[in-house]
Amino acid sequence: MISANLSAIFYLVSGVLFILALRGLSSPETSRQGNFFGILGMFIAVTVTFLSTGNFSAGFIYVLIFIFLGGSIGAFIAYKIPMTAMPELVAGFHSLVGLSAVFVAISAFLNPEAFNLGTPGNIKLGSLIEMSIGAAVGAVTFSGSVIAFLKLQGIMSGSPITFKGQHPLNAIILISIIVIIYFLCSTQSSNLFWILLVISFLIGFLLIIPIGGADMPVVISMLNSYSGWAAAGIGFTLENTALIITGALVGSSGAILSYIMCKGMNRSFFNVILGGFGATDDTATNSIKEQRPVKSGNADDAAFLMKNASSVIIVPGYGMAVAQAQHALREMVDTLKKNDIKVSYAIHPVAGRMPGHMNVLLAEANVPYDEVFELEEINNDFANADVAFVIGANDVTNPVAKTDPQSPIYGMPVLDVEKCKSVLFVKRSLSPGYAGIDNDLFYKENTLMLFADAKKMTEDITKNL
Amino acid sequence: MEIDPLIFRLSIFILSIFVGYYVVWSVTPSLHTPLMSVTNAISSVIIVGAIIAGLSGNSDSVFNTSNIFGFLAIALAAVNIFGGFLVTQRMLAMYKKKKKDKQ
Repeated sequence: MISANLSAIFYLVSGVLFILALRGLSSPETSRQGNFFGILGMFIAVTVTFLSTGNFSAGFIYVLIFIFLGGSIGAFIAYKIPMTAMPELVAGFHSLVGLSAVFVAISAFLNPEAFNLGTPGNIKLGSLIEMSIGAAVGAVTFSGSVIAFLKLQGIMSGSPITFKGQHPLNAIILISIIVIIYFLCSTQSSNLFWILLVISFLIGFLLIIPIGGADMPVVISMLNSYSGWAAAGIGFTLENTALIITGALVGSSGAILSYIMCKGMNRSFFNVILGGFGATDDTATNSIKEQRPVKSGNADDAAFLMKNASSVIIVPGYGMAVAQAQHALREMVDTLKKNDIKVSYAIHPVAGRMPGHMNVLLAEANVPYDEVFELEEINNDFANADVAFVIGANDVTNPVAKTDPQSPIYGMPVLDVEKCKSVLFVKRSLSPGYAGIDNDLFYKENTLMLFADAKKMTEDITKNL
Repeated sequence: MEIDPLIFRLSIFILSIFVGYYVVWSVTPSLHTPLMSVTNAISSVIIVGAIIAGLSGNSDSVFNTSNIFGFLAIALAAVNIFGGFLVTQRMLAMYKKKKKDKQ
């Protein structure tokens, strides 16, 4: 058994190691070392907890069994999961953090003596407040992430589910959570604690159902943030520095990512959270739809254009992930490079279903990360490039965002794809993208539409090169 | 007058938010997905609370309600810790620089 002071110092060390773990991610070279710091920090925190309780009785064996059980499931998933399923995986993991926060809070509520928080029915006021907040946020994280997971996995429709009175209902529930926490603290009633958990699960569910599929990058980042705040709430209850530091880090990390994603769509955070974006705009634009001529071509034409180019920029999007076309794409690029054609990749911040989604897929296909550029880094290069190859992206290339103030996506930063000498646009049909608006790029003089599955088209182009 | 220890914890919390803010802004956008999976893994340090809960029983009552919730929380957090760190490692191993001979 080690003293409380010594274990507090070790918890601080593991908190610092977690900071270094995030710091490592500032560049791919240092990132692997950063991950190692994270593992070390976790190892220290767990070991110190065992040593400080000093309880190596029968319970200890069960703890090890459950760690082993959970750990093997986690390791199995980590090795088996395909990279395209990363958004679902992260959403699923968030739900587990949320649920374990809830369980820890329940356990602390039932047996406060084990945590030095007082006795059942007479828990210290401060601890009870922290515990309720931790439990409520954890419950919201859990049910919200489950919905996000179901939507990303395609088990639940990605389209927003809205109903009348949705916002007032949510507001009433949020207010009642605060009221219940207030009464819980004054009465210490366990019934109120269970009610609090149930309605927190409910609000998490209601908050996420109105948000559409393409807004998932914001939702995942937001849930990431919530899981951090839940951990911090529990950290205050347990008076544990490692948990408080980690909770704050994760909470602010998720908040920053949500901000970056919202900026990438030029929408306010509340606009995304209140939901229903895709559904409302569909009807407005369908009525004014007009038939305009488009040029369409086949793999042969595309190969011809690329062969005569000296530089090509590739713009991947969610469609590439769906078609699993990243490996075929890399093979096409290899062939282009053999012909001395300069190739780079342009990634929009909200391409895909989670922050950095495209980068991971390209990395999986062995694309070196120094050929992959962010929007601001590459946007000026489109004017000098010969061919832009848009594969699975749509709204993020729509020039309407710059020209038409009436458009729902006006003001959203877009890739200046239309400035290229020619644009190759791989798409299955002319249907509008997620925002429900026509892409002007389809009808431009220099655009050649390639109507096919992204993977198949890319393979065909490679054959023709 | 003595300062409530809560204030110290609150200070740590607030300062950590600021540390997090600056550290996360320096993360390169191409690593945002690993960032999410690693934050996932480290937020499972909540396992610390779960272990205390799981060990709280005495030898005759290893499985009372409070312990069972502790054990469940341990299993969930362990899924996340192992899954989160390993999947992050798997992703990071894929980020490679351009090979010179390939050009």
